[in-house]
Amino acid sequence: MKSAHLKRLEAESIGIMREVAAEFANPVMLYSIGKDSGVMLQLALKAFFPSKPPFPLLHVDTGWKFRDMIRHRDMIAARYGFKLLVYTNAEGVARGINPIRSGSQVHTQVMKTEALKQALDQYGFDAAFGGARRDEEKSRAKERIFSVRSAGHTWEPRNQRPELWHLYNTRLTKGETIRVFPLSNWTELDIWQYTRAEAIPVVPLYFAAPRPVVTRDGLLIMRDDERMPLLPGEQEEVRNVRFRSLGDYPLSAAIESSAGTLDAIIEEMITTRTSERSGRLIDSDEAASMERKKREGYF
Amino acid sequence: MDVLTEKRLLRFLTCGSVDDGKSTLIGRLLFDSKLILEDQLATLARDSRKHGTTGEDIDLALLVDGLEAEREQGITIDVAYRFFNTPRRSFIVADTPGHEQYTRNMATGASNSDAAVILIDARKGVLTQTRRHSYICSLLGIRHVAVAVNKIDLADYSAQTFHHIVGDYFGFAKSLGFASITAIPLSARYGDNVTTKSEKLKWFDGPTLLEYLEGLDAESGLAQQPFRFPVQWVNRPNLDFRGFSGTVASGSIRSGESIVVAASGRESRITRIVTADGDLPEARAGEAVTLVLEDEVDIARGDVLAPPESRPEVVDQFAAHLLWMAEDAMLPGRSYLMRIGTRFVPARITTLKHKVDVNTLEHIAAKTLALNEIGLCNVATASPVALDPYAENRETGAFILIDRFTNATAGAGMIAFGLRRATNVHRQSLTVDKVARVHRNGHKPVILWFTGLSASGKSTIANLVEQELHGGGAHTYLLDGDNVRHGLNRDLGFTDVDRVENVRRVGEVARLFTDAGMIVLCSFISPFRAERSMVRELVPAGEFIEVFVDTPIEECIRRDPKGLYARAKAGLIKNFTGIDSPYEVPEHPDLRLDTTQINLQECAARVMSLLQEREILGWGGAGRGDTQTWI
Repeated sequence: MKSAHLKRLEAESIGIMREVAAEFANPVMLYSIGKDSGVMLQLALKAFFPSKPPFPLLHVDTGWKFRDMIRHRDMIAARYGFKLLVYTNAEGVARGINPIRSGSQVHTQVMKTEALKQALDQYGFDAAFGGARRDEEKSRAKERIFSVRSAGHTWEPRNQRPELWHLYNTRLTKGETIRVFPLSNWTELDIWQYTRAEAIPVVPLYFAAPRPVVTRDGLLIMRDDERMPLLPGEQEEVRNVRFRSLGDYPLSAAIESSAGTLDAIIEEMITTRTSERSGRLIDSDEAASMERKKREGYF
Repeated sequence: MDVLTEKRLLRFLTCGSVDDGKSTLIGRLLFDSKLILEDQLATLARDSRKHGTTGEDIDLALLVDGLEAEREQGITIDVAYRFFNTPRRSFIVADTPGHEQYTRNMATGASNSDAAVILIDARKGVLTQTRRHSYICSLLGIRHVAVAVNKIDLADYSAQTFHHIVGDYFGFAKSLGFASITAIPLSARYGDNVTTKSEKLKWFDGPTLLEYLEGLDAESGLAQQPFRFPVQWVNRPNLDFRGFSGTVASGSIRSGESIVVAASGRESRITRIVTADGDLPEARAGEAVTLVLEDEVDIARGDVLAPPESRPEVVDQFAAHLLWMAEDAMLPGRSYLMRIGTRFVPARITTLKHKVDVNTLEHIAAKTLALNEIGLCNVATASPVALDPYAENRETGAFILIDRFTNATAGAGMIAFGLRRATNVHRQSLTVDKVARVHRNGHKPVILWFTGLSASGKSTIANLVEQELHGGGAHTYLLDGDNVRHGLNRDLGFTDVDRVENVRRVGEVARLFTDAGMIVLCSFISPFRAERSMVRELVPAGEFIEVFVDTPIEECIRRDPKGLYARAKAGLIKNFTGIDSPYEVPEHPDLRLDTTQINLQECAARVMSLLQEREILGWGGAGRGDTQTWI
């Protein structure tokens, strides 16, 4: 049973998606496999019913996602009959960029930001849906729902178009593209409540289970494969953990939790005292790091 | 079931200037409703030491000033959205800047809000900016206002101060038409009366700010308005299904009820209301659905469906309040792209009746609107649109104007009323039509538009071309500054506004001449892309040829046959193109003539070849001889 609040959010997001389908020649949905992407996909299925969503999914694969995420991605694409495009920055791979030796900043820049730009250019997409929410981070709080990127995919936060009522300005000048954020007004709690109300499948890593982790810089990191070496003195131990936010496994910290169901996750969230992105290593690289990454083209 | 299931959402905005403590107030709401989390608190403590203004205390304002520039300058320059919820309600706060130069940002926040919290500094009382904020809220249709008299701690928690301010506020706000005004004394910094009742404000028996927000009944009233459904997307998965997807803007519709397409007046009946969760018996305001109709009616994106007994107005002229949001001033006569509902249509401002001083609410005569200015205008659209007054319907009474070259959102409009005149004037249906005239002339009609700087050679080339055409038997007419400025446009000067109107009138005259089947040569500096493009759109595709006479300014100054450049440089002529007024070079002219490379005869010859190439001349094989025999 959906609350009036969730219904209002749902209707707003559906309106945004239909707007993109009506106004753009070649849209794509960025699919990052996480809980927000799951909700976004569900909304897309609803928005165009009985038609199928008129756009493919694009996953920018850094090569370092949790194996569970890749399994989930392929299962979802097959179940709903989506065309799934997977893009990896081959040049980055050839240069040996990885999150462990290159550092999270370089890895994110090359394998996510650059890769995304390459993929958008290669397929000539004029509009790309992203699952970002305004409650996630301060600079995201000021981004428009229809957010123009200049040629080169850069974002100019001080030169954004005013966005009034539901009258989105969908007009682009040559070379510009647009990023569209249908979940702008959702909060993390809304995402989980909607996931429960709609029984949307999510990656099992969101649920607590005994998993082997190491403690590094005070964060719990799960070694998903052998590519991540243990540092001297580090030892793997099995702890009851789950993830609130999923990205590249060496860059996504787990939290200790016993929440093994959607009900328990929602309960935990109402009482929790840390923010969702606190486990994302890439955000704390430097002050205002998200805003900088976004200006350069990161989602 | 958890506590949040049946809560309703409230969207409100906060307005106040830098020093009123607006960001601190929002920070306080987030902090007291326990939405500031441990890691955010740690970041906050670090940032407070670096940028804070509160000494050793945590600076709550830093929680909300998101962009780097704002954190550094300590100001809020853009609209930011904040989210918090209490056991009773979810909230989205539009945090908007208060300075006059950010009027557009405030209006943006107000456009999607149900209520406003207007901050007043207890030490300063009702200021000019308080009036401005209240007026903008009222203009954007906000009906419920909380007046937060902040920093009451710095006024010794004085009841007298509070009552004095409230008296002042009610005095001027009664003309603004708010449905409710609630005043609350509070201190955002110390938390008095924000979420908990203050011991120091015992004399005040009203609600805390949070109690007010939790209890406010701010239904938009859209549910009570007549049904309106702007068609957003035609849903056609296969030949057996054709539905119209969109969001119900107002009112409700039930399966089986009749509707009309507002613009065409075609009637049909709803047979199904489709959603992915199953068909609905009824669709209400705010719901995103897909409607299936009984008949195959011609409906497209941009159409508005409405009940036959209460239709929206369908007009091509209306009066509206317009807030200007672009750096380039609004120019009456210039063509903009208007978005209303799901419809995009070219529109222009025909009259700017007056602008409003947002501080005093006085009406001032004006010719243009600059960034952040508000005025009452008449607007004309290229074709009729369905609309309602904004005061009745925020969804079908609001529009934006888009700059046709930069694609920036240039203006936001709120419709006051449709101009009935438009519905009563019907075009004469003429029996001798354009095709008949073209046939007799033996060539197609076209506008040859010569643009370029003064002394670039436009008129000379145009004259040569006309002689050539005339000699070949074509019907021509030349419009230039000399024959237009002395008569038709005698009342116009050389300001940007007048230049736009000058070109608009010339364009209309040229269009009439093409309707008469003639080749019209227009030789005008016409410095703005927007106006040249406006003329292009007046006539069918292919009947406008833009010839850019590309002579560099240095060369024009050297030629200066009338001594105009010399006088302009001496400051004797104002607004002279190329000197103190801009010339926007055509991006894609049909023909570019570089007079420093080829002589004027050759230029004219190239225009003639283009006319041959485009099959303007010698069309249909009807030469002069044939024409003669018809007469």
